[in-house]
Amino acid sequence: MSGQPKTLVEKIFDTHLIDKPFGQAWVLRLDMVFCHEITTPVAINDLVSRGMDRVFDPTRIKAVIDHVTPAKDSKTALQGKILRDWARRHGIKDFFDVGRNGVCHALFPEKGFVRPGYTIIMGDSHTCTHGAFGAFAAGVGTTDLEVGILKGVCAFKPPRTMRINLNGKLAPDVSAKDVILTVITTIGVAGATDRVMEFRGPVVDALSMEGRMTLCNMAVEAGATSGICMPDMTTVEYLWPFIGPEGEARYGTKEEALEDFKKWWSDPDASYESVIDIDCSTIRPLSTVGYKPDQVVPIEKMEKIWVDQVYIGSCTNGRIEDLREAARVLKGRKIADTVRGIVSPATPAVYAQALQEGIIQIFMDAGFCVTNPTCGACLGMSNGVLAEGEVCASTTNRNFYGRMGKGGMVHLMSPANAAATAIAGYITTPEALGIAPEA
Amino acid sequence: MKQFGGPLLFLNRSDINTDEIIPAKYLTEISKEALKPYCLEDLKLPDFNPKTDVPGKAAILTRANFGCGSSREHAPWALEVNGINVVVAESFARIFRQNMYNCGLLAIDLPADTIEDLFKTFYGKPTTLQVDIEQGHLTFLSEGLVKEVLFTLTDFERALVKAGGWVQFAAERY
Repeated sequence: MSGQPKTLVEKIFDTHLIDKPFGQAWVLRLDMVFCHEITTPVAINDLVSRGMDRVFDPTRIKAVIDHVTPAKDSKTALQGKILRDWARRHGIKDFFDVGRNGVCHALFPEKGFVRPGYTIIMGDSHTCTHGAFGAFAAGVGTTDLEVGILKGVCAFKPPRTMRINLNGKLAPDVSAKDVILTVITTIGVAGATDRVMEFRGPVVDALSMEGRMTLCNMAVEAGATSGICMPDMTTVEYLWPFIGPEGEARYGTKEEALEDFKKWWSDPDASYESVIDIDCSTIRPLSTVGYKPDQVVPIEKMEKIWVDQVYIGSCTNGRIEDLREAARVLKGRKIADTVRGIVSPATPAVYAQALQEGIIQIFMDAGFCVTNPTCGACLGMSNGVLAEGEVCASTTNRNFYGRMGKGGMVHLMSPANAAATAIAGYITTPEALGIAPEA
Repeated sequence: MKQFGGPLLFLNRSDINTDEIIPAKYLTEISKEALKPYCLEDLKLPDFNPKTDVPGKAAILTRANFGCGSSREHAPWALEVNGINVVVAESFARIFRQNMYNCGLLAIDLPADTIEDLFKTFYGKPTTLQVDIEQGHLTFLSEGLVKEVLFTLTDFERALVKAGGWVQFAAERY
């Protein structure tokens, strides 16, 4: 890694480059190919029909059934079966079926499959989530996935990095979700197309891995290829069970791991295509309005919008911290009679932890329905689809027209605000309900 | 090489997302052909009815950031099985654009003022788009009106289209 100063993603591209067809595309070697049951079966069937039913490396392919699980009908059962049979016949050991499955972008980090410096693809736009670990992680279509499965490579445009400096300190009632909504509304839904968003500054440094995953998760909503954060001691702590003596024993001490991770850091004098400075101290709790994720307003300035459903979950905000944040607001309170509350812990581990901490009980006492881990409602496939004309306050990532059900309206917000909204019946904040933020 | 273009469909809005092109509830299909009746089903635009306006079209003219949102390749497939093999826009979302070329389909971006001019000239009129990949020519034709526009593909994109997609290209090369 000598020569001119580079950004993190440039270092990843340099170390993974295997071909540059016509000098235009960068074909990278992949460290991980993640698969789920919606976009993978067509790739599998195509490989079979071409007589190329092979995988490049079964240890570098991880698969999960997460979008509709347990299967809701014959079609989704068949999608699961195609993925399951394929994983078995190719010896893909890390395959997560019902009972052990969860939302891919929460489950795979939790299992320790992501490392700084990795290249990762998945047939899912929110793959950018894994950039939280200092990886280059890109959502791709089924054809790229198919070639990834077969050859372990993927083609990208030359890396371009957009540096987002998240300055200041978050107010106690503001979370990573409010920060990323602020970023998206600042640069627009196509503001980072074909770029990697490098998140820097004191706000990122202070965020947990869960918060950083929320941040990177919605990078694609601004068009970005991947979000990315510098791996630091927070990253080391999260990965320690996998990289330390209890895991593959790659490092003897955490300091040693951190030193090694630092090789990926963007060089101080690396050049960026653009630099955006955001003062996060002034961010207030936010909600989307309209049908694009860059249509964002402070909740305290919104007119009263009544909701039919509140959904807490997804690859954006279904992790343990998110559930804790919502439960703190819900504790000892009931949701409005007019609201259907649904919570989907993102993984079995999150669910188990929430049970142990009494969080599930708080949700149930408040009147929430607790579902198994699944993506279902977020994209209107199962477990909480909206009816025509209904309104949902949701901790998910897309407020597109009809996203959670034909003719339905979605307002995106943080778990704390979603919980407050469930109590009030209209979009609001814990503060407006007199619920003090955590000290 | 296959022929591109034909009768043109106008989608006069920016940020048309892949949920609008093919809603998630149809992602339970495992054949491309099954997506055919649902193409652009959730797209609400004045003067647009997917049931009557999609059949018979072979090309789309639209605005900025077409195909944003989900990575679902079902979006290009839904277009492809309806006979649409070229989309001309001011810009595309990255994954959608790549998916088009990976399927051997064309996603051509033109400057904003060119797109505006094409809408001004042809919107509301039955229009045909002819595509000459070798020369990099687009020809828009309607009721005596003709406009020629130049476009450029990278060599890599042209190679993908010629090979019929990324699987063929990669299978031979890697």
